[in-house]
Amino acid sequence: MSVWLAQHWAAIRDACRRLATAPLNSLLSLLVIGIALTLPAAGWLLLDNLRALTGDAPGVQQISVFLSPEAGKREIAEIEHRLQAGKIGRWRFVAREEALKRLQAAEGMADIVASLPRNPLPDAFVVTPSASQPAELERLAETFSSWPKVAHVQLDSAWVKRFDALLRLGRLIVILLGVLFAAALVTITFNTIRLQILAHAAEIEVARLIGATDAYIQRPLHYFGMLQGALGGLCAALLVAVGFHLLAPLVAELTQLYGTNFTLRGLGAGHVAFLATIGAALGWLGAWISALMHLRRFA
Amino acid sequence: MITASDVTKRYPEGREALRHVSFEITAGEMVYLTGHSGAGKSTLFKLLAAVERPTSGSIVINGQNLAALSRSAVPYLRRKLGLLFQDRKLLFDRTVLDNVLLPLAIVGHPPRDALRRAQAALAKVGLPNRERSLPIALSGGEQQRLAIARAVVNRPAIILADEPTANLDAASAREILEIFHAFQQVGVTVLLATHDPTSLPVLRPRVLRLDQGEMSELPAAPATAVAGAAP
Repeated sequence: MSVWLAQHWAAIRDACRRLATAPLNSLLSLLVIGIALTLPAAGWLLLDNLRALTGDAPGVQQISVFLSPEAGKREIAEIEHRLQAGKIGRWRFVAREEALKRLQAAEGMADIVASLPRNPLPDAFVVTPSASQPAELERLAETFSSWPKVAHVQLDSAWVKRFDALLRLGRLIVILLGVLFAAALVTITFNTIRLQILAHAAEIEVARLIGATDAYIQRPLHYFGMLQGALGGLCAALLVAVGFHLLAPLVAELTQLYGTNFTLRGLGAGHVAFLATIGAALGWLGAWISALMHLRRFA
Repeated sequence: MITASDVTKRYPEGREALRHVSFEITAGEMVYLTGHSGAGKSTLFKLLAAVERPTSGSIVINGQNLAALSRSAVPYLRRKLGLLFQDRKLLFDRTVLDNVLLPLAIVGHPPRDALRRAQAALAKVGLPNRERSLPIALSGGEQQRLAIARAVVNRPAIILADEPTANLDAASAREILEIFHAFQQVGVTVLLATHDPTSLPVLRPRVLRLDQGEMSELPAAPATAVAGAAP
């Protein structure tokens, strides 16, 4: 066991030494890996933020039920009764006078409202259903429109659906990007390991001839790939962090203009660890394939 | 210890480097292998070290048939052999000591013990006090001693040496041969190839001769000569 540990420790030191002996080459490889991982990482973070943004907007899932103008107190009471009985969620009655008052309060609308001969707005119910699934909301909207004296039902989920579809598309793009750049990372590592094997051909040949197992020769190469991948992952985290740091003030300004209070979420420690781990795993894979292919020629 | 039966090695281009070669070397024996360059000596060494496989026939070392050896079993065979290559294959970017430590690191010796053994091996071949030098700073004879130290540091039962005296002046060559004889004295089996029959000691031990891939054995010398081939 201690022999096994000692050999692994020696292989790790050997890998570090190899990274350090060619600092410029190592730095370039790290940058290339970092850039390759930056794009999917940034996309993923962006989606994360968008999801957070929609999750923070509770007004999204509302159904507005507009009554026809001839609906009287009796019909209103009837609908209230039905909403109560159905246990649909929270709801609020907006009388037409109240709606007009609110419209008047809005900037630039006062003059227009004053010029109207009579109140054109209907009575309405604003329902916030406890259900959140788009299909369920759709069903509710249909139910509401079948009720007497209901003129129009507006489900505010249309744009939610669009946004959701957009998010799903974005997620797919990020996944595809991730797969693409993961392949790039494996390829980069494959090549650096190939060059490592070429550079150490004499050493590998001698080691093999005096009784080194394939595992002994591959070990430092595997660690080299892992180390390079992990450092590349950290490099990507740094690049993403810098990018978000530059973007954050602009986003804050923009969201303030839209009257929401949203701050951009940057990378957490978990994200950084994840990037380093993914980098290490892919680096190891590239090194493993490369070593398997290129060490065969040593007898 | 080493048994070759009807070994033929044919290269893809059709050249037969070895033809129906058979011989047997018993434990503790010292055997010279002579022949002109191109006679098949290096090919035979490659087969013995499992670098290449015979086209037909079998080679058994220590009861292990090399033809049936899997790639993963080859390193364990080589650890029992002390291999000396014609081009020495020293690592010129490592110190003398690190060159000798390499076989021990491969086997996984504890560092302190490895250091002692490496120093002992260097002392045995007459290279103490050169531990920190780089091989390039050594003379040809010293480089050969270093190669021997690396080959024997694992205390192998068999030493296979391909042209260990090539490109050395007569005095250095004699000293190198003395080292091999010393190992044979303590029970190590030695197979030593040389293209130059004049480098053989006068009281020579057993000699195998390769000529265009075919092997013959020179008449045996008196038994006393085998043990006492000192200068």
